[in-house]
Amino acid sequence: MNAQNFINALPFAKALDMRLDSIGKGRAEISMTWDARFVGDPATGVIHGGAVSALMDTCGGVAVLSYPGATTTATIDLRIDYMRAAKPGARIVARAECYHVTRNVAFMRATAHDGGDTPVATATGAFTFAAKDQSA
Amino acid sequence: MTQPEPVQAVKQRRDRALASLVGAVPYAQFLGIYFERHGDELTAVLPYDEKLIGNPLLPAIHGGVIASFLEVAAIIELSWATIWPDLEAGRVTPEQMAENLPRLPKTIDFTVDFLRSGLPRDGYARARVNRSGRRYASVHVEAWQDNRARLFAQATGHFLMPQNG
Repeated sequence: MNAQNFINALPFAKALDMRLDSIGKGRAEISMTWDARFVGDPATGVIHGGAVSALMDTCGGVAVLSYPGATTTATIDLRIDYMRAAKPGARIVARAECYHVTRNVAFMRATAHDGGDTPVATATGAFTFAAKDQSA
Repeated sequence: MTQPEPVQAVKQRRDRALASLVGAVPYAQFLGIYFERHGDELTAVLPYDEKLIGNPLLPAIHGGVIASFLEVAAIIELSWATIWPDLEAGRVTPEQMAENLPRLPKTIDFTVDFLRSGLPRDGYARARVNRSGRRYASVHVEAWQDNRARLFAQATGHFLMPQNG
């Protein structure tokens, strides 16, 4: 299965129209277009923080799954810091890296950009990690 | 002596105010989230839908949906708690509110603790404002599915309060 097919197999990632831009060795880049349905504050047209969280969570999970030997994963916890409002209309790009992996846990950090100089949001999270059985 | 406001009028007033608050958030509509109200207490409801699935093999609700649900519940609770005194005192009517919606709090940070996988069924969430100052607020949210005592997620968030109403 190619990488974009993998995203399309996740119904909610598909519902938010996420696009997998790159993946490999514990890193992933996933982006999402602005859509009026995803707006959180009607007064400003800014995307809801929850939609940015969903993008970061997906990107983090995919980064963990791309780590050599990974099998399945689930989010243990996720913290998002919202630096500023995302520009209405702009595509949001999330980049995640799995910066440390133990036998059971993967530590992930991510940023989200909308084309501006500073990130829209940053995230850190812990994910479950299960490696392929090497002895088999 | 003035007659007390008829109970149906009180309920309608509160429900109309809540509906205009929630109805104005497109992303909450997109997820299908609605709120049940008992007095001032709100319970957010996330009806199960196939598009909310993250892992089709289990199947489990997407972590991003759970995070979104909790954040929506926190923001609506905080905004509701802010407008409640004015609404009850009659300083603002639901009609005035619908015309000129209160600015929503802005999320500073939000931390979600995923305790169990989200099952393919309805979810519920209740938020508690632990501190609400002039500028900053701290809100905790608990979410469950079948059993109120077995949370499937909880979250804490900090928010910047809208200034000048």
